[in-house]
Amino acid sequence: MPKSVNLIVDNVRVTVPEGTLVVDAAKRAGIDIPVFCYHPKMEPVGMCRQCLVEIGRPMFDRATGQPVLEADGSPKMQFMPKLETACTNPVSEGMVVLTATDKAKAGQKEILELLLTNHPLDCPICDKGGECPLQNLTMGHGPDASRFLFDEKQRQPKHVALGDLIFLDRERCIQCARCIRFQDKIAGEPVLGFYSRGRATDIVTFSEPGFDSIFSGNTTDICPVGALTTADFRFGARPWELKNAASVCTHCPVGCNLTFNVRREVKSGGGYVIKRALPRQNEQVNEIWLCDKGRFASYHYTELMGTFHAEDASRLSADASEFDARISRAAEKLSAAKSEALILAGGRLANEDLFNLKQLAGSLGAKIRFYTPMGGGEYTTRLGLSAGSNLGALGKGDTILVVASDLYNEAPLWFLRVKAAAQRGATLILATARATKLDEFATFVVRYPYGDEVETIKGLVGREKIGAALAAGSAGNLVVFYGSDGLGLQGSADLAAECASLLDGRASKANNGLVGVWSTPNAQGAWELGLSPADDGNLASELKGKTVYIVAADPAGDDPRLAEALQSAKSVIVQDILTTETTRLAEIVLPAAAYTEREGTYTSGERRVQRFYPAVPARPGTRPDFSITAAIAKKCGLELEARSALLVMNKLAASETAFAGLSYDRLSQVGDQWPEVGQGNLYYGGTSYQNTQGLGAHLSLATAAPVSSTASGKRPALKETELRFAKLIAVPVTKLYDQGTTMTPAALLNSHVGDASVSIHPAAAQKIGLSNGGQAVIKLNGVESEVKIRFDESIPASVVLVYRSFGLPISGPCAVEILANQTISADSKA
Amino acid sequence: MSLAKNIPNPLREKYPEEVQAIFDKYPVKRSAVMPLLYLAQREGGYITKEGMADIASMLDLDVTQVASIVGFYTLYHDEKAGKYRMQVCNDLPCALRGADQFLESLCQNLGIQVGETTPDGLVTLEAVTCLAACDKAPMFQLQEGDKLTYYENMSVDRTLELVTALKAIGPQGTYGGEAK
Amino acid sequence: MSYILLRHRDIPNIKDIEVYAKHGGFESLKKVVTSMQSQQVVDEVKASGLRGRGGAGFPTGVKWSFLPNNIWPHYVVCNADESEPGTFKDREIMENNPFQFLEGVAIACYGVGAAEGYVYLRGEFKQLQVFLDECILQMHAAGLLGDNLFGSSYSLKIKTHLGAGAYICGEETALLESIEGKRGQPRVRPPFPAVVGLYGKPTVINNVETLTNLPQIIEKGAGWYKGLGTDKSAGVKIFSLSGNINNPGNYELPLGTTFRELIFNYGGGIPNGHKLRAIMPAGASSSIIRIDDSTFDKVMDTKMDYENVQSVGSLLGSASVIIIDDTHSMDWVIDKTVHFFKHESCGKCTPCRDGNYWMLHIVERIHAGHGTNADLLLLKNVANQVNGKCLCALGDFSTMAVTSALERFPEDFAAICPDASAGVHSTLKA
Ligand SMILES: Cc1cc2nc3c(=O)[nH]c(=O)nc-3n(C[C@H](O)[C@H](O)[C@H](O)COP(=O)(O)O)c2cc1C
Ligand code: SF4
Ligand code: FES
Repeated sequence: MPKSVNLIVDNVRVTVPEGTLVVDAAKRAGIDIPVFCYHPKMEPVGMCRQCLVEIGRPMFDRATGQPVLEADGSPKMQFMPKLETACTNPVSEGMVVLTATDKAKAGQKEILELLLTNHPLDCPICDKGGECPLQNLTMGHGPDASRFLFDEKQRQPKHVALGDLIFLDRERCIQCARCIRFQDKIAGEPVLGFYSRGRATDIVTFSEPGFDSIFSGNTTDICPVGALTTADFRFGARPWELKNAASVCTHCPVGCNLTFNVRREVKSGGGYVIKRALPRQNEQVNEIWLCDKGRFASYHYTELMGTFHAEDASRLSADASEFDARISRAAEKLSAAKSEALILAGGRLANEDLFNLKQLAGSLGAKIRFYTPMGGGEYTTRLGLSAGSNLGALGKGDTILVVASDLYNEAPLWFLRVKAAAQRGATLILATARATKLDEFATFVVRYPYGDEVETIKGLVGREKIGAALAAGSAGNLVVFYGSDGLGLQGSADLAAECASLLDGRASKANNGLVGVWSTPNAQGAWELGLSPADDGNLASELKGKTVYIVAADPAGDDPRLAEALQSAKSVIVQDILTTETTRLAEIVLPAAAYTEREGTYTSGERRVQRFYPAVPARPGTRPDFSITAAIAKKCGLELEARSALLVMNKLAASETAFAGLSYDRLSQVGDQWPEVGQGNLYYGGTSYQNTQGLGAHLSLATAAPVSSTASGKRPALKETELRFAKLIAVPVTKLYDQGTTMTPAALLNSHVGDASVSIHPAAAQKIGLSNGGQAVIKLNGVESEVKIRFDESIPASVVLVYRSFGLPISGPCAVEILANQTISADSKA
Repeated sequence: MSLAKNIPNPLREKYPEEVQAIFDKYPVKRSAVMPLLYLAQREGGYITKEGMADIASMLDLDVTQVASIVGFYTLYHDEKAGKYRMQVCNDLPCALRGADQFLESLCQNLGIQVGETTPDGLVTLEAVTCLAACDKAPMFQLQEGDKLTYYENMSVDRTLELVTALKAIGPQGTYGGEAK
Repeated sequence: MSYILLRHRDIPNIKDIEVYAKHGGFESLKKVVTSMQSQQVVDEVKASGLRGRGGAGFPTGVKWSFLPNNIWPHYVVCNADESEPGTFKDREIMENNPFQFLEGVAIACYGVGAAEGYVYLRGEFKQLQVFLDECILQMHAAGLLGDNLFGSSYSLKIKTHLGAGAYICGEETALLESIEGKRGQPRVRPPFPAVVGLYGKPTVINNVETLTNLPQIIEKGAGWYKGLGTDKSAGVKIFSLSGNINNPGNYELPLGTTFRELIFNYGGGIPNGHKLRAIMPAGASSSIIRIDDSTFDKVMDTKMDYENVQSVGSLLGSASVIIIDDTHSMDWVIDKTVHFFKHESCGKCTPCRDGNYWMLHIVERIHAGHGTNADLLLLKNVANQVNGKCLCALGDFSTMAVTSALERFPEDFAAICPDASAGVHSTLKA
């Protein structure tokens, strides 16, 4: 614990930890010192000079070291002749800070006036208007009229595309460098910089292609003026017209808290439209950040309302009985099939949805399978993170191990938080088969050939320094992230088993645990509810002749073999929020409400259950998944909770031990968070939303020994099979911007997604005559597909990286053939 | 920040020893950026975006970080100008000794304004701040690539003689003249 | 008296390493390395009363003693950025007496326990860098730099680093940023470079002239040096004399030499029969000293040292004495200075960046004859707004000439601002 320091800010006594900056101490005392360049998440630079205050420090007698006293016995204060910046001065014992004296106020006013000399004051057309720190501070502290001649203002370009997502208005920029520092220090992608100097100082990027960072949107939140705006919200709406709804991002297992801004629009027929997503503060999850996928691809599918299930949208919305008829038919099929029915549930479903499905399966005696490319959840439920855990607390003395995962692409916010922990001094051990962005920040990088994951982890303990950092019983904490880079279900499950052994004896200790880097927002929830994974090797044959009820999964889109297998199923019932390859094959389609249109909870990879709230009304003719399932169950003779997600949660919490004690009320509790953001504090932390709707809560840990449903205990299959003889091995990997169901509608990101492509080492590629950027035909698991070839020198020469969610049939490592310079002829395509 | 490190480095190929010497000089790689930028400027007299990218990749920096150095310092140029930049100091001490008139008269004689280049593309005339030669005004420095030469106690005539000499060498050669 | 710093004027070929050695060169370095503890060197420099010649006049030995003894390595960085308009002394030293300068750097390194010394040259000194690199090589060849100097365990390297055109890089923390390969922008202080300096390590930064004193101080003793100059401003100083003066150039004189001696004895007075009107004793960063019949003698008899120049309303700074005669009007002078500072503002902090932009607009308006009395007041006001609010001293510097010109030369402004009445003077003073 750092020492406490007492000081007085404008007659308010405060006690803060040693090292606190004056500006933060004042904030804690409820006193707002205006700032622009200072941001509580970054080191102070003291450059805008807005935070000028008077600071007095007790005088000490040089000779005796005793405090000098005034006549009345109070300590004599020494004030500097110049005003000082509150953002760069740390507190000291007995300090007196005066923020509102004439002198301090004059200083602050003067700086503001200087900032405004070149500011265009175009608030009426500025996107930041209404939530702009400069505007607010000008109202509060600024001069009434400008003494500066308007003609002499600097003219600058106003619509500079820094990239395709972020625009810069050069006139509005006040050179605070928040954006540059965020990119450099927090994101670790220093693609923004200042050019020129003096008054000509300018924000630029020389990087290719432009301001290309997966965290770029955050700069618009912390920009204290309207200089940086996002392509999606620019000129889209005024902040004061917007209503907000708390939600949770669904693109990865991190579960970033966000807020949707919504308004009714004429151009949408008076309907509600989500205008943007902003981060919602949760210091234990995403702090005040979002990655660009979460920000720009979280809501656009609701804009497809008109085209959703185009073939029957009109019928459905016109006639509720049509929906009921579908439910009846689905129920008939399922109750006829009984144990011959197979329920396939995706990780996009909320806990409540999964719970109802599980009960339905139970009463039918049918199999329910979790549709996932990655295994090992039986370990994370037992050894995952538990109450009190916070990656933000990890630092010196702690160890983080990341295995077979490219966090940057798979879980960007974990990348940020792990990087930050390493920068705070945590030992970061990275064991991956290929180089990733995290390498730069790792203490140790261990490279292994694809296939040697388990062996590699086994070997770590024996290494001197790494072993010591991992050793159980050492004072620090240990968090292990494992993923499925290059691994299928079986391989990742085996890896989880091996990683679990590193955590022996640490389970249930906060800030210790095994974290699965899943591909979906609620995979952890599915495991916690005891769902078994669908065996990727067998799934196709399992589907044959069955009555399948597929919810929130698109096997047909993922793998042509599964599409084929579905053709030979007895009946296919598909429930989803959008039209997918799988709904196209369905006999009965059950249109579900999207997570933006309903409420529910997800369990994040850190085992935190978090609520999401409806942002817009459900599209006509759709219903929440849990209630569709309940309706089917009812026809099958089983009474399930259909009325509200809250009521489902109450039942869930009563019957599932991990969820014991949870309720919507508990999940929506909030507490004090630091730094303060949102509302009146915009100038301070940015436009991120204050969290008023819940920080969520951790699940309790399962105690039972894991059921080895997926773990074979053997080394991954890679070395065992025909792969040993294959010249090239394809391994599945994840790319942030993929062609996933909820990603595709985000038109803004389409250019970042690109075509289906595979990466290969140039040496290997040249042998087969491939060229960088060229087309080729790739044969995977007996299916030929056309792909683009990308060269990557950082990967092993014997593998081909195949990106998931681009429609290529890969679920685990497999042999691959590449035919250069070929295309699939038009007729065989069809 | 590229993960692939083996892309060719034109600067390293062109000046292997000098680049190596620069790398050997500093305990921290990033310090090499300024000397490397001078090297990149040696031939064309300005630094191209490719040149910046080359240096960025050698130093594990983002090209933007390199560019922001180019933008900050006045002796680095990001645009092509005359082969020689004639940078006349007309700061206060020099101006007290007639630097403004000197510059004005050069403009007239060369038929260009400050900031412009002679039609043959040889000489760009610039006005700069103090060059630590205040007692020897009027004076200027001649920048050619990464070379800099001071010319002090100059008269308009002597300057025009120099320009004639520069013209005689033409666009290909290098001026080896001694500073006066 | 013979020269202490500009010794090439006594010994023409002293830039030749052998000539320098023959005249006692490198003996001081040998002496400190072979017979003195680092602390003794620091004590000797403290005792000499040597103060920084870069402008601030901070006692050099005291500065050295701030370096913590538990963080290593230490660095010495020599500030050879010499960019203050009117300053050209460091260049003369380095071009003509390079070995005494480098010996000084070496002694400083030994004194603070640094194994590496950097000389930061302004980019325009490209040729000088080539020359100094040569000199450094010669010292290596002669065993005066490199490993195990004079058979001791002490090893030392000196390197030159070339800037690329930025006045701000003379500010010590901006200079460090520049060596580190960044934009030359000042750092927040504290921490001071003595604790967190170059590459995050304790660092001493000293001016060229400051360090060039060291070999002689070691050779002849602190007492000898302390005996030169005045009580509080010990030693000699090079005055760079420029502007409207018959004999511009560098003058090495004891601190405390009067303005009269410098300007009229050494400088040969004002050319073309003009009258002395103003002095800027610290380059463009000076408050302008007004000279008229009533103040002439008082100013001329003022001693030029760190204390006395204040009594005539200015500062000694780096002693770059710019002489302005009565043919010049102060609106023109501040047009020049503000132009300089606006061009050289690094842009990091608001008051300096935006204040100088604004000041330049007003000054240009006034100088062009379009100003009003309100503009004069505004200019003064904006200068006050900038002064004392910046991260580094450049902001303050930029206002010195402006504020003093307005206050002390009201008639110049009254002459060109149509509505400025006689009342301007008093209003401005208020
Ligand atoms: C804007 C600015 C420019 C400066 N320029 C120089 C310079 O060119 N040379 C120099 O020696 N000191 C310069 N200084 C002073 C240095 O910051 C520093 O005080 C000095 O180098 C310390 O050395 P000294 O103690 O030997 O004087 C400058 C200071 C400021 C604020
Ligand atoms: S764009 Fe915004 S965040 Fe970036 S420097 Fe300008 S004002 Fe600051
Ligand atoms: S200087 Fe303190 S907030 Fe900018």
